[in-house]
Amino acid sequence: MDLAAILILQAVSTVATLVIISIGLAVIFGMMRVINLAHGEFIMLGGYTVFVATNAGINMWVAMLVLAPLVVGVIGIAVERLVIRHLYGRMIDTLLASWGLSLFFIGSITTIFGNTTTSQIASPFGAVRIGAYSISGYDIFLVFMAMTIVAGLFVLMRFTKFGLLTRGTMQNADMAAALGVNPGRIYMVTFGLGAALSGLAGGLLAPLSAVLPTMGAAFIAKAFITVISGGTAILFGTASASALLGTVNTVATYLTTPVLGEVALLLAAIILLRLLPRGITGRFLGRDL
Amino acid sequence: MTVAPILEIRKLTKRFGGVTAVDGVDFTLADGELRCLIGPNGAGKSTFFNCLSGQLAPTSGAVHLDGHDISGWPSHAIARLGVGIKTQVPSVFDGLEVRENVWLAARRRYNAREAKERCDELLTRLNIQSLAAHMVGELAHGQRQLVEIGMVIASDPRLILLDEPAAGMSRDEVARLAALISEIARERSLIVVDHDMRFIRMIAETVTVFHQGRVLIEGEVDKVLADAMVKDVYLGKQVV
Amino acid sequence: MRARRWRLIGFLALLLGGVAFAFGFPAFASLHATIQLTNALALALFALSLALVWGFGGILCFGQAAFFGLGAYAYAIAAINFGDTTFAWPTAILVPAAFAAALGYFMFYGRLSDVYLGVVTLTVTLILFQLFNSTAGPEYRIGDARLGGFNGIPSTPPLNVPFDGRAYLSPESIFVIAVLVLLAALFGCLWLLRTRFGRVLVSIRENPLRAELLGYDVRVHKLAAFTIGGGMAGLAGLLFAQNVLVNPALFSLLYTAQVIIWVIVGGLGTLVGPILGSIGLQYVMAWLGTLGWINPNLALGVILVAFVLFVPRGLWPLLVKVVTHGRRLVRGNGTS
Repeated sequence: MDLAAILILQAVSTVATLVIISIGLAVIFGMMRVINLAHGEFIMLGGYTVFVATNAGINMWVAMLVLAPLVVGVIGIAVERLVIRHLYGRMIDTLLASWGLSLFFIGSITTIFGNTTTSQIASPFGAVRIGAYSISGYDIFLVFMAMTIVAGLFVLMRFTKFGLLTRGTMQNADMAAALGVNPGRIYMVTFGLGAALSGLAGGLLAPLSAVLPTMGAAFIAKAFITVISGGTAILFGTASASALLGTVNTVATYLTTPVLGEVALLLAAIILLRLLPRGITGRFLGRDL
Repeated sequence: MTVAPILEIRKLTKRFGGVTAVDGVDFTLADGELRCLIGPNGAGKSTFFNCLSGQLAPTSGAVHLDGHDISGWPSHAIARLGVGIKTQVPSVFDGLEVRENVWLAARRRYNAREAKERCDELLTRLNIQSLAAHMVGELAHGQRQLVEIGMVIASDPRLILLDEPAAGMSRDEVARLAALISEIARERSLIVVDHDMRFIRMIAETVTVFHQGRVLIEGEVDKVLADAMVKDVYLGKQVV
Repeated sequence: MRARRWRLIGFLALLLGGVAFAFGFPAFASLHATIQLTNALALALFALSLALVWGFGGILCFGQAAFFGLGAYAYAIAAINFGDTTFAWPTAILVPAAFAAALGYFMFYGRLSDVYLGVVTLTVTLILFQLFNSTAGPEYRIGDARLGGFNGIPSTPPLNVPFDGRAYLSPESIFVIAVLVLLAALFGCLWLLRTRFGRVLVSIRENPLRAELLGYDVRVHKLAAFTIGGGMAGLAGLLFAQNVLVNPALFSLLYTAQVIIWVIVGGLGTLVGPILGSIGLQYVMAWLGTLGWINPNLALGVILVAFVLFVPRGLWPLLVKVVTHGRRLVRGNGTS
């Protein structure tokens, strides 16, 4: 009984982590139909923001929840203005340029901070006990954060003017332009929003993983797979794919090892894409959220 | 005299979400017949076409070609049964030479030497042999249309589907195209979709009119075009 | 006719030049330089495999390193178990080719779009990296070969005389083999692209819908090209492994990014360009390494972004354009 409860909690927390590490990527993918290959490095930059800020004596929560998204969001906007906007309409070149940026960020951060970091950011909560088993309190916090992020994005996209303009541009950029919306600005802000969410993910995950220049690589495989399995609908796609793949991942990890859990996640996604080449929401839900 | 049909379609239906683009269409084409499909925009002609060519899988219904039920077959398998298709938007290999475009089409069926002969012969027949070494992407619209038609007939298909072949052509080009199509029609079955009524009158004997996903009327070209209902449809009035 | 004659002359020049270079270079250069160039040639073959798959098959493969790494591991494991590298050759080609065929089946028959294809292949490579990294324990062994986790298989055997496992080949003879293998692969690709299969492949890259409407099965052609590319990358992995060693870093982002950059810099849609791009950039990166203050990732990132923005077609097409333009200018002056 306790084991079942803990497994379910574990699955929920895996799903929540998938949502957190994928949502920034999903925003950019939903908007531009392009996978941002620098996504892992945006997460890494979020982690470094927390690392630098806490070393400078700034409160950890402020660093994690405010500074990380802010700093990375600004970097995202700069990247969009300097590189990405010159490549709209050239999908493959956009992918390649974002890969170049990924290498550039890894190289820059290594040059500045070196290959390793000395201090580990402490996990702020203790463990929660359920019978003979325990689960980390921080995992529960992450579940709460994932729900907050999804709810916040839903409100933003559904009920604000920005959301309306964004969804309009996503569906038909030419039409939006004809109605007086500047698609360039919408793209810029959405790219910044995606980057900010990735930065937030990096901040939230900083206490769980070593902050290193190459830490992005640990997340991107899962994030890419989740987003393309979900399809282009930002929220429904990410949420449904996270739920499916997170469960597969948890069960396989429990039965074998974490690495094989990831292999199982990948295999599930490949089989899913064989059946639904445009992802879960590409086929069943023609929605944009 | 009745000729065995090459194409027999029963209750073909294609839905996109809530929209029924083709609604229970029955259609028969005799071997060697030339048929024109007309109808206003959005009447379901192109969807009907794409169901025949395999670019779309029909929601329900049967498409019998030469005794095979090809509904849901992939495009390449349908093409291999001897169906040549010209799409609405010219679909050619822009980065390759004219000669290679036509050669590739012929080579699917013939060996290398025969394909080359067939290619030379077709380029001469279409009067584009002087363009043989040009990249197709550099050609004018009408010339690209001709290249595509050359590709369609290069593999000697038994049934040819042409979706708006006259679109974007000059008056002279349309006349020449009509002559070419009449010539092709002597040896093969053809279905031609077009908007251009002058063009249709030049080539057609029998016409099928599509409206709102159904066959509105079918018959001899002069009678159909004189029909009051058809005129209404083209003038935008609703048919009750 | 003239074009054909020039092509023949080009072929012969390349062939004779290559053979002369293969036997001549080790005689004049140091042992270190010979071994280093063998390595560069192995990676050039790796670049050639992607040039074929991406540049001519139009398959956006971001995970070519998966096949390179699998070829290297397959070679090492086979060579250690057989005690002889003769049968390790086919193993290193067939294992990655089979893997490519299996992966390709899911991708091409699912009709994944470009972006999805790139991401899936990249992800497969990343997961293989993690998988091989997790094989540290003594229980992870295939026959006599321990996979060794993060450290890989440090004692990867060098090539030996066929059917004589104790007679290791000298670095000079291995260099000759590397040149000949690369030349054979290049000529093989050139031949392949002139066959019906090759022409259809290029036509699919140009317009998959039209190829399909002509009756060609796009999925089968792409799958075959992807499989051939996988086998070639595996062969490159073999040459690299026997010269250096085998470890999970072969599956790392760095390798998979580098091969993409070589192809882009050399020229997508050409065969010679990526080979030269690969060899050239390797020496540039080695030189930057000696400077010590430039991070290789940083340099590669800047190169990639700069080429995508400013030279998207790569250097080789640019060079060809400059040369033909120059020749036309010279000829124009001569006749008038």
